[in-house]
Amino acid sequence: MSQLSSELPAFPMPKAKGCPLDPPPEYAQLRSDRPVAKARLWDGKEVWLITGYEEIRSIFTDPRISVDNTQPGYPWLSEQARTVVLTGGVKPVGRMDPPEHTAMRRMLGQGFLVKKIQNMRGDVEALVNELIDDILAGPRPTDLVPTLAMPVPSTALGWVLGVPPADKRLISLVPRLFDEDSGLEGAMEARAELFAYIDELITHRENEPGDDIISHLVGYYKKGELSRVSVLTQSVTLIAAALDTTRSMITNGILALLQHPEQAAALIEDPELVPAAVEELLRYTVVTEFSSKRVAAADIEIAGETIKAGDGIICLISAGNRDEKVFTDPDTLDVRRDAKQHLGFGAGIHTCIGKQLARMELEVVYGTLFRRIPELRLAVPFDQLVFRNTFDVQGVRELPVTW
Amino acid sequence: MAFARVHLDESKCVTSGQCVLTAPEVFDQRETDGVGVVLTDSPAPELRDKVQEAAAGCPAAAIRLLHQPPGQVAGG
Repeated sequence: MSQLSSELPAFPMPKAKGCPLDPPPEYAQLRSDRPVAKARLWDGKEVWLITGYEEIRSIFTDPRISVDNTQPGYPWLSEQARTVVLTGGVKPVGRMDPPEHTAMRRMLGQGFLVKKIQNMRGDVEALVNELIDDILAGPRPTDLVPTLAMPVPSTALGWVLGVPPADKRLISLVPRLFDEDSGLEGAMEARAELFAYIDELITHRENEPGDDIISHLVGYYKKGELSRVSVLTQSVTLIAAALDTTRSMITNGILALLQHPEQAAALIEDPELVPAAVEELLRYTVVTEFSSKRVAAADIEIAGETIKAGDGIICLISAGNRDEKVFTDPDTLDVRRDAKQHLGFGAGIHTCIGKQLARMELEVVYGTLFRRIPELRLAVPFDQLVFRNTFDVQGVRELPVTW
Repeated sequence: MAFARVHLDESKCVTSGQCVLTAPEVFDQRETDGVGVVLTDSPAPELRDKVQEAAAGCPAAAIRLLHQPPGQVAGG
């Protein structure tokens, strides 16, 4: 049975009132009726929405599926996103297909070595403890976004990328890129400032190389294997991907635990649950569907539908993460479940390059915060929290807490 | 006796480090670019589950287990 195009649902779909941490309610219906379904975008174009877990995995691992956002069928969610991302003309790693993608991933690989990330854990623990010392010594209530959620990823990113830690300019610039409230003009200004700033850093690393990603990329540039503008683009992409998402995951995870005090209590009682809790919070909360857009490079049969070559696709990982075929009682937050197979970091070759770093940061933040401030609670009613107006990175603007 | 020969296709590896996290006894990463390397291509039998998990969990499907006993599916 095919869908009549006049009946196609509009995408993105709104969330249910009062449920900003949950995916839109339509996702569950789509997943059960039609896990591969057409919808209509803001610009009138049709797009395939993938809502079933297995179907999403299948798309993410299918070599006939491209991430190339210069294809005409690529599904953009706003003119702002299209303009901000396509300006400059150099593809970021997440928008390259093999073999270009594979080569780029290994130019970045040195900065994300598992051993390197594991060795950073003590430093991240010290950082989080210092931040919590300051929170405890400061006024109540306090907003956890500037006091914890931003400084942790920006400092850790500084270590791996070679960006000065907790740089205030980055913290203010990155959210403006994709926040619809900044408008196209504001987003383009933020983009220009960010590129100019990273350009300065690259120049600095050309003269004084260190053991960081920008220095490694500069090394490939000097060998003639990478253009300077690609060094710039890849660096900016990593910053955008690392800061905004991790900050939102930190706050959304804390918020989910505050909304489910029995789950927070379980973590406090048994710290060994923290790694499993991180996976479960990545499954349960919707933070980003940033890189889930694709274009078919060939005709593909899936779930009884034919996706034609050139068609746009959006894999709704928050829908896949609530698929009852894979996760028992999927709408329940349960830090004791084995949620490792969630799609929060994507799947297939475009799996998040920084996921080991993000996992480690989240483990340290959730574990330390609830251990040291077990009385932590929201300082405002839940329904007064303001969420960011963007599909790509979903999170609370401020997280006022007290204890 | 080892249960299988472990093969990692470097040309597919996307340096996610998943194999090192799952089975550090068998896999490591090349320091220069993060590409996975096999430390012992004939791991001890007690590492069987971990190696199969690493093969199944590789986001690039770059790890294959060769010469397994009949009835086993290479690569999990």
